[in-house]
Amino acid sequence: MMSPVYGLIYILLAPIAGGLVAGIDRKITARMQGRVGPPLLQPFYDVGKLFEKENLVVTRSQDLYALCYLVFMLVAGALFFAGGDLLLVIFAFTLSHIFLVLGAYASSSPYSFIGAERELIQIIAYEPMIILSAVGMYMVTASFFVSDIVVSSIPIVLYLPGVFIGFLMVLTIKLRKSPFDLSTSHHAHQEIVKGVTTEFTGPNLGKIEIAHWYEYVFLLGFIFLFFAFSIPIALLAIAVAYLLEILIDNTFSRVKWQFTLKSAWIIAGMLGLINLAVLYYLSGGLQP
Amino acid sequence: MTYLKRSPWIIHYDASSCNGCDIEVLACLTPMYDVERFGIVNTGNPKHADIFVVTGSINEQNREVVKNIYEQMPDPKVVVAVGICATSGGVFRECYNVSGGIDKIIPVDVYVPGCAARPESIIDGIVKSLSILEEKRTKMNTPAAKKDALGGGIQ
Repeated sequence: MMSPVYGLIYILLAPIAGGLVAGIDRKITARMQGRVGPPLLQPFYDVGKLFEKENLVVTRSQDLYALCYLVFMLVAGALFFAGGDLLLVIFAFTLSHIFLVLGAYASSSPYSFIGAERELIQIIAYEPMIILSAVGMYMVTASFFVSDIVVSSIPIVLYLPGVFIGFLMVLTIKLRKSPFDLSTSHHAHQEIVKGVTTEFTGPNLGKIEIAHWYEYVFLLGFIFLFFAFSIPIALLAIAVAYLLEILIDNTFSRVKWQFTLKSAWIIAGMLGLINLAVLYYLSGGLQP
Repeated sequence: MTYLKRSPWIIHYDASSCNGCDIEVLACLTPMYDVERFGIVNTGNPKHADIFVVTGSINEQNREVVKNIYEQMPDPKVVVAVGICATSGGVFRECYNVSGGIDKIIPVDVYVPGCAARPESIIDGIVKSLSILEEKRTKMNTPAAKKDALGGGIQ
Protein backbone atom coordinates (compact mmCIF):
# COMPACT_ATOMS: atom_id res chain seq x y z
CA MET A 1 0.00 0.00 0.00
CA MET A 2 1.66 3.20 -1.18
CA SER A 3 1.03 6.33 0.88
CA PRO A 4 2.08 9.53 -0.93
CA VAL A 5 1.62 11.53 2.29
CA TYR A 6 4.82 10.06 3.75
CA GLY A 7 6.63 10.87 0.52
CA LEU A 8 5.46 14.47 0.82
CA ILE A 9 6.53 14.63 4.48
CA TYR A 10 9.94 13.36 3.40
CA ILE A 11 10.27 16.08 0.73
CA LEU A 12 9.40 18.78 3.26
CA LEU A 13 11.18 17.59 6.41
CA ALA A 14 14.17 15.59 5.18
CA PRO A 15 16.39 18.65 4.50
CA ILE A 16 15.82 19.84 8.07
CA ALA A 17 16.54 16.41 9.55
CA GLY A 18 19.49 15.82 7.20
CA GLY A 19 21.00 19.22 7.97
CA LEU A 20 20.70 18.58 11.71
CA VAL A 21 22.34 15.17 11.29
CA ALA A 22 25.19 16.86 9.40
CA GLY A 23 25.47 19.47 12.17
CA ILE A 24 25.58 16.85 14.93
CA ASP A 25 28.14 14.95 12.85
CA ARG A 26 30.44 17.98 12.64
CA LYS A 27 30.02 18.75 16.34
CA ILE A 28 30.84 15.18 17.44
CA THR A 29 33.76 15.02 15.00
CA ALA A 30 35.15 18.24 16.50
CA ARG A 31 34.77 16.90 20.04
CA MET A 32 36.55 13.68 19.04
CA GLN A 33 39.45 15.83 17.83
CA GLY A 34 39.47 17.89 21.04
CA ARG A 35 37.97 20.98 19.39
CA VAL A 36 34.90 23.03 20.29
CA GLY A 37 33.45 22.69 16.82
CA PRO A 38 30.99 24.78 14.79
CA PRO A 39 27.44 25.65 15.91
CA LEU A 40 24.84 22.92 15.46
CA LEU A 41 23.15 24.85 12.64
CA GLN A 42 26.41 25.39 10.72
CA PRO A 43 25.36 23.23 7.70
CA PHE A 44 22.32 25.51 7.22
CA TYR A 45 24.53 28.62 7.39
CA ASP A 46 26.86 27.04 4.82
CA VAL A 47 24.08 26.27 2.36
CA GLY A 48 22.45 29.68 2.97
CA LYS A 49 25.75 31.30 2.15
CA LEU A 50 26.26 29.21 -0.99
CA PHE A 51 22.96 30.55 -2.36
CA GLU A 52 24.18 34.11 -1.70
CA LYS A 53 27.27 33.56 -3.85
CA GLU A 54 27.79 34.11 -7.55
CA ASN A 55 27.10 31.09 -9.77
CA LEU A 56 30.34 30.59 -11.67
CA VAL A 57 30.15 27.74 -14.20
CA VAL A 58 32.38 26.41 -16.93
CA THR A 59 29.39 25.32 -18.99
CA ARG A 60 25.68 25.99 -18.39
CA SER A 61 24.91 22.24 -18.48
CA GLN A 62 26.43 22.00 -14.98
CA ASP A 63 23.32 23.82 -13.65
CA LEU A 64 21.09 21.14 -15.16
CA TYR A 65 23.16 18.24 -13.85
CA ALA A 66 23.31 19.64 -10.31
CA LEU A 67 19.53 20.15 -10.38
CA CYS A 68 18.96 16.62 -11.74
CA TYR A 69 21.11 15.20 -8.93
CA LEU A 70 18.86 16.90 -6.39
CA VAL A 71 15.61 16.01 -8.16
CA PHE A 72 16.40 12.31 -8.62
CA MET A 73 17.63 12.04 -5.03
CA LEU A 74 14.26 13.51 -4.05
CA VAL A 75 12.42 11.03 -6.27
CA ALA A 76 14.36 8.09 -4.80
CA GLY A 77 13.77 9.17 -1.20
CA ALA A 78 10.12 10.10 -1.75
CA LEU A 79 9.42 6.73 -3.41
CA PHE A 80 11.14 4.99 -0.51
CA PHE A 81 9.20 6.80 2.20
CA ALA A 82 5.93 6.51 0.27
CA GLY A 83 6.42 2.73 0.43
CA GLY A 84 7.37 2.13 -3.19
CA ASP A 85 9.28 -0.64 -4.90
CA LEU A 86 12.77 -0.97 -3.44
CA LEU A 87 14.30 -1.81 -6.82
CA LEU A 88 12.87 1.35 -8.38
CA VAL A 89 14.17 3.36 -5.42
CA ILE A 90 17.69 1.97 -5.92
CA PHE A 91 17.45 2.69 -9.64
CA ALA A 92 16.53 6.35 -9.06
CA PHE A 93 19.19 6.60 -6.35
CA THR A 94 21.93 5.40 -8.72
CA LEU A 95 20.65 7.61 -11.52
CA SER A 96 20.97 10.70 -9.33
CA HIS A 97 24.65 9.91 -8.74
CA ILE A 98 25.19 9.43 -12.47
CA PHE A 99 24.01 13.02 -12.92
CA LEU A 100 26.58 14.20 -10.39
CA VAL A 101 29.30 12.36 -12.33
CA LEU A 102 28.06 13.84 -15.63
CA GLY A 103 28.13 17.30 -14.07
CA ALA A 104 31.75 16.79 -13.05
CA TYR A 105 32.67 15.48 -16.52
CA ALA A 106 30.91 18.42 -18.22
CA SER A 107 33.45 20.89 -16.86
CA SER A 108 36.59 19.55 -18.63
CA SER A 109 38.74 20.15 -15.56
CA PRO A 110 41.36 17.49 -14.72
CA TYR A 111 40.58 17.60 -10.97
CA SER A 112 36.89 17.29 -11.64
CA PHE A 113 37.62 14.38 -14.01
CA ILE A 114 39.54 12.43 -11.38
CA GLY A 115 36.76 13.11 -8.90
CA ALA A 116 34.16 11.86 -11.40
CA GLU A 117 36.15 8.69 -12.10
CA ARG A 118 36.47 8.03 -8.38
CA GLU A 119 32.77 8.64 -7.88
CA LEU A 120 32.09 6.02 -10.58
CA ILE A 121 34.42 3.57 -8.80
CA GLN A 122 32.50 4.20 -5.58
CA ILE A 123 29.20 3.53 -7.35
CA ILE A 124 30.63 0.26 -8.70
CA ALA A 125 31.83 -0.61 -5.18
CA TYR A 126 28.59 -0.04 -3.27
CA GLU A 127 25.95 -0.94 -5.86
CA PRO A 128 26.10 -4.78 -5.52
CA MET A 129 25.72 -4.62 -1.75
CA ILE A 130 22.69 -2.31 -1.91
CA ILE A 131 20.99 -4.59 -4.44
CA LEU A 132 21.83 -7.63 -2.26
CA SER A 133 20.16 -5.85 0.68
CA ALA A 134 16.99 -5.43 -1.37
CA VAL A 135 17.13 -9.08 -2.49
CA GLY A 136 17.67 -10.20 1.12
CA MET A 137 14.63 -8.25 2.26
CA TYR A 138 12.61 -9.87 -0.51
CA MET A 139 13.73 -13.34 0.61
CA VAL A 140 12.64 -12.65 4.18
CA THR A 141 9.39 -10.76 3.61
CA ALA A 142 8.47 -11.95 0.07
CA SER A 143 8.01 -8.36 -1.11
CA PHE A 144 10.08 -5.65 -2.72
CA PHE A 145 7.65 -2.99 -1.53
CA VAL A 146 8.87 -0.85 1.37
CA SER A 147 5.28 -0.57 2.63
CA ASP A 148 5.14 -4.39 3.06
CA ILE A 149 8.64 -4.71 4.51
CA VAL A 150 8.06 -2.02 7.12
CA VAL A 151 4.86 -3.61 8.51
CA SER A 152 6.35 -7.11 8.63
CA SER A 153 6.79 -8.38 12.18
CA ILE A 154 9.80 -10.54 11.22
CA PRO A 155 13.07 -9.28 12.78
CA ILE A 156 14.80 -8.91 9.41
CA VAL A 157 18.23 -8.20 10.89
CA LEU A 158 18.33 -11.64 12.55
CA TYR A 159 17.83 -13.28 9.15
CA LEU A 160 20.27 -10.97 7.40
CA PRO A 161 23.19 -10.27 9.79
CA GLY A 162 25.78 -10.60 7.00
CA VAL A 163 23.82 -8.35 4.67
CA PHE A 164 23.44 -5.77 7.44
CA ILE A 165 27.19 -5.68 8.15
CA GLY A 166 27.82 -5.38 4.41
CA PHE A 167 25.32 -2.54 4.26
CA LEU A 168 27.11 -0.71 7.10
CA MET A 169 30.32 -1.10 5.10
CA VAL A 170 28.86 0.57 2.00
CA LEU A 171 27.20 3.17 4.22
CA THR A 172 30.72 4.44 4.97
CA ILE A 173 31.25 4.92 1.23
CA LYS A 174 27.85 6.51 0.75
CA LEU A 175 28.18 8.99 3.62
CA ARG A 176 31.58 10.05 2.22
CA LYS A 177 33.43 9.02 5.36
CA SER A 178 37.08 8.08 5.75
CA PRO A 179 38.57 5.62 4.82
CA PHE A 180 36.38 5.64 1.68
CA ASP A 181 35.95 9.38 0.97
CA LEU A 182 37.68 9.10 -2.38
CA SER A 183 35.72 11.36 -4.68
CA THR A 184 35.07 14.24 -2.28
CA SER A 185 34.71 14.70 1.47
CA HIS A 186 33.11 17.00 3.98
CA HIS A 187 36.26 17.59 5.90
CA ALA A 188 38.63 20.48 5.66
CA HIS A 189 41.37 18.14 4.50
CA GLN A 190 42.14 18.49 0.85
CA GLU A 191 42.29 15.70 -1.66
CA ILE A 192 42.64 16.24 -5.41
CA VAL A 193 41.40 19.80 -4.95
CA LYS A 194 37.78 18.94 -4.09
CA GLY A 195 37.19 15.95 -6.33
CA VAL A 196 33.79 15.64 -7.93
CA THR A 197 32.53 19.00 -6.58
CA THR A 198 35.59 21.02 -7.68
CA GLU A 199 33.87 22.89 -10.49
CA PHE A 200 30.56 23.51 -8.74
CA THR A 201 30.28 26.93 -7.11
CA GLY A 202 27.70 28.81 -5.08
CA PRO A 203 24.08 27.74 -5.70
CA ASN A 204 25.09 24.57 -7.57
CA LEU A 205 27.20 23.40 -4.63
CA GLY A 206 24.28 24.32 -2.38
CA LYS A 207 21.98 22.05 -4.39
CA ILE A 208 24.49 19.20 -4.11
CA GLU A 209 24.69 19.76 -0.36
CA ILE A 210 20.88 19.67 0.01
CA ALA A 211 20.76 16.50 -2.11
CA HIS A 212 23.26 15.05 0.32
CA TRP A 213 20.96 15.82 3.25
CA TYR A 214 18.14 13.99 1.47
CA GLU A 215 20.55 11.11 0.95
CA TYR A 216 21.40 11.00 4.67
CA VAL A 217 17.75 10.59 5.63
CA PHE A 218 17.15 7.99 2.90
CA LEU A 219 20.14 5.87 3.99
CA LEU A 220 19.20 6.07 7.67
CA GLY A 221 15.69 5.06 6.61
CA PHE A 222 17.20 2.01 4.93
CA ILE A 223 18.77 0.98 8.27
CA PHE A 224 15.30 1.35 9.78
CA LEU A 225 14.00 -1.39 7.46
CA PHE A 226 16.36 -3.94 9.00
CA PHE A 227 14.85 -3.25 12.43
CA ALA A 228 11.29 -2.39 11.36
CA PHE A 229 9.78 -4.92 13.82
CA SER A 230 10.34 -2.52 16.72
CA ILE A 231 10.53 1.27 16.34
CA PRO A 232 12.57 1.99 19.54
CA ILE A 233 15.19 -0.64 18.59
CA ALA A 234 15.26 0.75 15.04
CA LEU A 235 15.90 4.32 16.23
CA LEU A 236 18.60 3.07 18.60
CA ALA A 237 20.19 1.08 15.77
CA ILE A 238 20.22 4.16 13.52
CA ALA A 239 21.90 6.25 16.26
CA VAL A 240 24.49 3.55 17.02
CA ALA A 241 25.22 2.97 13.31
CA TYR A 242 25.72 6.68 12.70
CA LEU A 243 27.97 7.14 15.75
CA LEU A 244 29.98 4.15 14.56
CA GLU A 245 30.40 5.83 11.16
CA ILE A 246 31.66 9.02 12.83
CA LEU A 247 34.11 6.99 14.92
CA ILE A 248 35.38 5.14 11.84
CA ASP A 249 35.64 8.46 10.01
CA ASN A 250 37.91 9.90 12.69
CA THR A 251 39.96 6.76 13.24
CA PHE A 252 41.05 5.71 9.76
CA SER A 253 43.03 7.46 7.09
CA ARG A 254 41.93 7.35 3.48
CA VAL A 255 42.70 4.19 1.49
CA LYS A 256 43.41 3.75 -2.22
CA TRP A 257 40.55 3.21 -4.65
CA GLN A 258 41.77 -0.35 -5.40
CA PHE A 259 41.31 -1.30 -1.75
CA THR A 260 37.88 0.36 -1.63
CA LEU A 261 36.66 -1.61 -4.61
CA LYS A 262 38.18 -4.92 -3.50
CA SER A 263 37.07 -4.72 0.13
CA ALA A 264 33.55 -3.60 -0.77
CA TRP A 265 33.13 -6.46 -3.23
CA ILE A 266 34.80 -9.08 -1.02
CA ILE A 267 32.63 -8.17 1.95
CA ALA A 268 29.53 -8.00 -0.24
CA GLY A 269 30.46 -11.39 -1.73
CA MET A 270 31.49 -13.09 1.50
CA LEU A 271 28.91 -11.80 3.96
CA GLY A 272 26.07 -10.86 1.65
CA LEU A 273 26.01 -13.78 -0.74
CA ILE A 274 26.76 -16.44 1.90
CA ASN A 275 24.04 -14.95 4.09
CA LEU A 276 21.56 -15.16 1.23
CA ALA A 277 22.69 -18.70 0.30
CA VAL A 278 22.21 -19.94 3.86
CA LEU A 279 18.82 -18.27 4.02
CA TYR A 280 17.83 -19.91 0.73
CA TYR A 281 18.97 -23.33 1.94
CA LEU A 282 17.22 -23.09 5.32
CA SER A 283 13.94 -21.84 3.92
CA GLY A 284 14.02 -24.50 1.21
CA GLY A 285 13.16 -22.13 -1.59
CA LEU A 286 12.38 -18.51 -2.22
CA GLN A 287 9.09 -18.31 -0.31
CA PRO A 288 9.53 -18.09 3.48
CA MET B 1 19.59 37.78 7.69
CA THR B 2 22.89 37.02 6.08
CA TYR B 3 24.70 33.72 6.10
CA LEU B 4 27.90 34.95 4.51
CA LYS B 5 29.36 36.14 7.83
CA ARG B 6 28.55 32.86 9.53
CA SER B 7 30.23 30.61 6.99
CA PRO B 8 33.41 32.10 5.52
CA TRP B 9 35.45 29.50 3.66
CA ILE B 10 39.07 30.38 3.04
CA ILE B 11 41.71 29.38 0.53
CA HIS B 12 45.28 29.75 1.69
CA TYR B 13 48.04 30.34 -0.83
CA ASP B 14 51.74 30.44 0.02
CA ALA B 15 53.37 33.01 -2.27
CA SER B 16 57.13 32.70 -1.65
CA SER B 17 56.63 32.77 2.11
CA CYS B 18 59.30 31.38 4.47
CA ASN B 19 56.55 29.07 5.93
CA GLY B 20 56.55 31.05 9.18
CA CYS B 21 53.18 32.63 8.46
CA ASP B 22 51.87 29.41 6.88
CA ILE B 23 52.46 27.50 10.07
CA GLU B 24 50.64 30.21 12.00
CA VAL B 25 47.72 30.03 9.54
CA LEU B 26 47.55 26.27 10.04
CA ALA B 27 47.81 26.77 13.82
CA CYS B 28 44.42 28.53 13.60
CA LEU B 29 42.87 25.19 12.62
CA THR B 30 44.28 23.29 15.61
CA PRO B 31 42.28 22.54 18.78
CA MET B 32 44.03 25.49 20.48
CA TYR B 33 42.37 28.13 18.25
CA ASP B 34 39.80 26.08 16.27
CA VAL B 35 38.47 28.57 13.72
CA GLU B 36 35.72 26.11 12.78
CA ARG B 37 33.92 27.63 15.80
CA PHE B 38 33.15 30.56 13.48
CA GLY B 39 32.29 28.28 10.58
CA ILE B 40 35.65 28.97 8.93
CA VAL B 41 36.79 26.07 6.74
CA ASN B 42 40.09 25.82 4.87
CA THR B 43 38.84 24.59 1.49
CA GLY B 44 41.83 24.42 -0.85
CA ASN B 45 39.52 25.06 -3.81
CA PRO B 46 39.27 28.66 -5.07
CA LYS B 47 35.81 27.98 -6.52
CA HIS B 48 34.40 27.23 -3.06
CA ALA B 49 36.25 29.98 -1.20
CA ASP B 50 35.09 33.40 0.03
CA ILE B 51 38.34 34.65 1.56
CA PHE B 52 41.74 34.50 -0.12
CA VAL B 53 44.48 34.32 2.51
CA VAL B 54 47.92 35.01 1.00
CA THR B 55 51.24 34.73 2.80
CA GLY B 56 54.57 35.88 1.36
CA SER B 57 55.37 38.42 -1.32
CA ILE B 58 54.90 38.57 -5.08
CA ASN B 59 57.72 37.47 -7.37
CA GLU B 60 57.93 36.56 -11.04
CA GLN B 61 57.07 32.91 -10.36
CA ASN B 62 53.80 33.42 -8.52
CA ARG B 63 52.47 36.60 -10.14
CA GLU B 64 50.21 34.68 -12.53
CA VAL B 65 49.23 32.09 -9.92
CA VAL B 66 47.92 34.68 -7.44
CA LYS B 67 46.00 36.43 -10.20
CA ASN B 68 44.59 33.14 -11.45
CA ILE B 69 43.38 31.99 -8.03
CA TYR B 70 41.77 35.39 -7.39
CA GLU B 71 39.94 35.32 -10.71
CA GLN B 72 38.62 31.80 -10.12
CA MET B 73 36.88 32.79 -6.88
CA PRO B 74 33.15 33.58 -7.20
CA ASP B 75 31.92 37.00 -5.97
CA PRO B 76 31.67 38.30 -3.28
CA LYS B 77 35.29 37.70 -2.24
CA VAL B 78 37.92 39.39 -0.07
CA VAL B 79 41.70 39.15 0.11
CA VAL B 80 43.60 39.01 3.41
CA ALA B 81 47.36 39.55 3.20
CA VAL B 82 48.96 37.74 6.15
CA GLY B 83 52.45 38.67 7.36
CA ILE B 84 54.66 41.65 6.59
CA CYS B 85 55.96 40.09 3.34
CA ALA B 86 52.41 39.88 1.99
CA THR B 87 51.59 43.43 3.02
CA SER B 88 54.69 45.19 1.67
CA GLY B 89 57.44 42.72 0.78
CA GLY B 90 59.00 43.08 4.24
CA VAL B 91 62.76 42.63 4.46
CA PHE B 92 62.76 41.13 0.98
CA ARG B 93 61.32 44.20 -0.74
CA GLU B 94 64.72 45.25 -2.11
CA CYS B 95 65.45 41.79 -3.58
CA TYR B 96 65.97 41.67 -7.33
CA ASN B 97 63.15 39.10 -7.79
CA VAL B 98 60.54 40.53 -5.39
CA SER B 99 57.94 42.98 -6.73
CA GLY B 100 56.42 43.78 -3.32
CA GLY B 101 53.20 43.05 -1.46
CA ILE B 102 50.12 41.23 -2.77
CA ASP B 103 48.43 44.56 -3.58
CA LYS B 104 50.77 44.94 -6.56
CA ILE B 105 48.64 42.30 -8.33
CA ILE B 106 45.20 42.07 -6.74
CA PRO B 107 43.15 44.40 -4.47
CA VAL B 108 43.83 43.59 -0.80
CA ASP B 109 41.08 44.26 1.76
CA VAL B 110 42.78 43.46 5.08
CA TYR B 111 46.47 43.66 5.96
CA VAL B 112 47.70 41.52 8.87
CA PRO B 113 51.25 42.58 9.75
CA GLY B 114 53.71 40.53 11.79
CA CYS B 115 56.75 38.35 11.25
CA ALA B 116 55.34 35.80 11.67
CA ALA B 117 51.75 37.03 12.15
CA ARG B 118 50.34 35.51 15.32
CA PRO B 119 47.26 33.24 15.08
CA GLU B 120 45.27 35.73 17.18
CA SER B 121 45.96 38.55 14.74
CA ILE B 122 45.22 36.31 11.75
CA ILE B 123 41.82 35.38 13.23
CA ASP B 124 41.23 39.07 13.99
CA GLY B 125 42.07 39.99 10.38
CA ILE B 126 39.71 37.37 8.99
CA VAL B 127 36.88 38.45 11.30
CA LYS B 128 37.48 42.09 10.17
CA SER B 129 37.29 40.98 6.54
CA LEU B 130 33.81 39.52 7.15
CA SER B 131 32.17 42.97 7.34
CA ILE B 132 33.93 43.94 4.10
CA LEU B 133 32.63 40.70 2.55
CA GLU B 134 29.10 41.64 3.64
CA GLU B 135 29.54 45.14 2.19
CA LYS B 136 30.59 43.65 -1.14
CA ARG B 137 27.58 41.36 -1.16
CA THR B 138 25.12 44.26 -0.71
CA LYS B 139 26.95 46.18 -3.44
CA MET B 140 26.76 43.10 -5.70
CA ASN B 141 22.97 42.94 -5.32
CA THR B 142 22.25 46.53 -6.36
CA PRO B 143 20.52 46.82 -9.79
CA ALA B 144 23.46 48.75 -11.29
CA ALA B 145 25.96 46.04 -10.31
CA LYS B 146 23.70 43.29 -11.65
CA LYS B 147 23.41 45.05 -15.00
CA ASP B 148 27.17 45.48 -15.06
CA ALA B 149 27.75 41.79 -14.29
CA LEU B 150 25.46 40.73 -17.14
CA GLY B 151 27.11 43.02 -19.66
CA GLY B 152 30.75 42.94 -18.72
CA GLY B 153 31.33 39.58 -17.04
CA ILE B 154 33.87 36.99 -18.16
CA GLN B 155 32.19 35.19 -21.03
